[in-house]
Amino acid sequence: MQKRYVSLWFRYLQADWQILRRPELNDAPFVFVSPDHGRMLITALSPQAAAHGIEKGMAAADAQAICPGLEIIDDKPGRAINLLKGIGEWCIRYSPIVMVDDFSTEGLFLDASGCSHLWGEERDYLLEIISRLKSKGYNVRVGMADTAGAAWAISHFGVKTPLIRSGLHTEALLTLPPEALRLAENTLLKLQKLGFYQIKSFIGMPRSVLRRRFGEDFLERLAQALGNAEEILPPIKVPVPFREILPCLEPIRTRSGIEAAISRLLEHLCLSLKNEGKGLRIAILTCYRIDGKVIQVNIGTNGATHSVSHLFKLFQLKIDQIRPALGIELFLMEAPKVDDIQPDQEALWTAKPGLDDGSVIRFLDRVAGKVGAAVIRRYVPANHYWPERSIKIATLLTEKPMSEWRIDKPRPTELLKTPDPIEVMALIPDHPPKFFIYKGIKHDVTKADGPERIEREWWMDQGEHRDYYQVEDIQGQRYWVYRSGHYGSKQPFKWFIHGFFA
Amino acid sequence: MSANKELIEKLREDILLWQGFKPALAAQSDAIGLGEIENAFPNKVFPRKAIHEFITISPEQTAASDGFIGGLLAVLMQDGAACVWISTSRKLFPVSLRSFNADPERIIFMDVASEKDALWVMEEALKCEGLAAVVAELSNLSIIESRRLQLAVEQSGVTGLLLRKDERKTTSSVATARWKISPMPSETEDQMPGVGFPRWKVELTKVRNGNPGSWTMEWGGDRFVEIADTQKPDVWLDSEERQIG
Repeated sequence: MQKRYVSLWFRYLQADWQILRRPELNDAPFVFVSPDHGRMLITALSPQAAAHGIEKGMAAADAQAICPGLEIIDDKPGRAINLLKGIGEWCIRYSPIVMVDDFSTEGLFLDASGCSHLWGEERDYLLEIISRLKSKGYNVRVGMADTAGAAWAISHFGVKTPLIRSGLHTEALLTLPPEALRLAENTLLKLQKLGFYQIKSFIGMPRSVLRRRFGEDFLERLAQALGNAEEILPPIKVPVPFREILPCLEPIRTRSGIEAAISRLLEHLCLSLKNEGKGLRIAILTCYRIDGKVIQVNIGTNGATHSVSHLFKLFQLKIDQIRPALGIELFLMEAPKVDDIQPDQEALWTAKPGLDDGSVIRFLDRVAGKVGAAVIRRYVPANHYWPERSIKIATLLTEKPMSEWRIDKPRPTELLKTPDPIEVMALIPDHPPKFFIYKGIKHDVTKADGPERIEREWWMDQGEHRDYYQVEDIQGQRYWVYRSGHYGSKQPFKWFIHGFFA
Repeated sequence: MSANKELIEKLREDILLWQGFKPALAAQSDAIGLGEIENAFPNKVFPRKAIHEFITISPEQTAASDGFIGGLLAVLMQDGAACVWISTSRKLFPVSLRSFNADPERIIFMDVASEKDALWVMEEALKCEGLAAVVAELSNLSIIESRRLQLAVEQSGVTGLLLRKDERKTTSSVATARWKISPMPSETEDQMPGVGFPRWKVELTKVRNGNPGSWTMEWGGDRFVEIADTQKPDVWLDSEERQIG
């Protein structure tokens, strides 16, 4: 596919930003300054200041002499880049690959290959970008061409039209000054001295001659603008391979509208996942509202899937969280985490019931989506005798127990989270209780088993061991009680109830 | 007259069939190991596509019901299917279910915060055909909600088991069976010291199209064992003999 690039040049980026914050500065000349070798140098300026003949790199004192009412604002290093990155993330709606112009740090590049048709013609695409940025308060000059270099040149120095049709960028560059090629200062001086005021005056020269005079960098910049050399720029956000975008003609405000958008996005996404043999694990739906807010909802699945109906059900649980306000103008669905899916697995699932049964996984997904994944727990035996530690939460749905469940010692069906103290009458040294009082009720013990001594794991925590007894009272109710510690030792021993047997 | 009787029998069978009860022929393979109790159910088969309620007022009854349910789950989960256990304040100790033959690692616990969530999860779980059974500890359940659960069960065939703590609120429910499991004194062989196998008084206070009753059951280590009420007649016999003697 033919590559298309858009270059956005924010001429007065910091000034626009400052006016947004302080509207009273709208018609006033002001500059941003930062210290440099003991002087205050101008780093950015407003259009009004530029009209007075003030330029970047001038000393602040000189500028004040030219324009007496000039307001001087301290610049913060890195602010321009942060602003650009912020605007760049907003621009991801126009193209997945947005890059910061690292030559001037005043602009952005959009890789618009295959993006503009979503907004109609390329002209409409550019108009949309300009008008939307303008409505946000940012003045921008744009250029669109087959290479990033040419787009940059057109946005900065183009006079006729910002839109260069595919294949015509070389002709468009001919009449531009050499500055349009993003050259170093001393190269530009040399070119000026030699009388090269337009690109066409040196573009036809042999490469060896140009290299000898102006160096390798010059040739590379020229080749990048003409499209003979690849220009690699790091994108602000690395695009996710599986993503779908849905711009809406009119802002969407209703639940049914959002549902229709989600199902359309899912159909496309699942089709591309299916073709690649992948299944979705995490999906993120980003809704861009017309008031500039961005809403994200995400879903996760317990097993890779590309079933539209199932994923739609998961999103249905989340629709309540999407507040459309005045309307949503753009939907973006991404699948940042995908797993390989075996097509024959689904057939196996239906045959073999178990934890990895398809319907069970779908059920767990729905629960995780609605109530939260934290409520779902599964236990496997842990290698500890201490009752509270004898089970552990399984981390995976398919995790198998590492050891057998122990059934050689009696364990109660109901275990209290914290043992309750009881009053006990028992014979020393190690007889089971004769009776015990729990919650004000006296239980006469008729049968008992024990004691089963469980030592505390001293490397994990400190305290007394426990002597457990299984006791049965006169009504046949069975309890698990224990004595903490020895009789007659310095710490007083205590009796507790810890569970109920079946 | 006999023709009428046949007709009535036939109609009765049809009604049972429409209500989702399996005909008697299929009953053999579906035995759940409860022995005599299974005769109390329509067609003499434990209804799997149904909601069973367990009334558990005291924690001791809850513990006994857990054990009894563990024994049922062992049969229901025989084919390797999973089970879901929903609760808002769970005390069940998974290790203990192993001694009732159920596999604790195949039970998925859902410890939700509110009864509302628990109800939603239960309905969703009952709709999921891949599960063998769903156990839920729920107290508040309106008749409409219980009907929804029943509809879900009829479609998927998952067995629903409800543990209900509040007896007063149990009247409004469409559960197929209502159980009450209470612990009973255990017996050891030859009056040996120690605690014997868990023994319960199993009361079936309500069975739709069946006969309620009360039995004494014991978990005999690997299966349910029915205990005939033999001790008291023995005592009577002894005393009678003595009187005669």
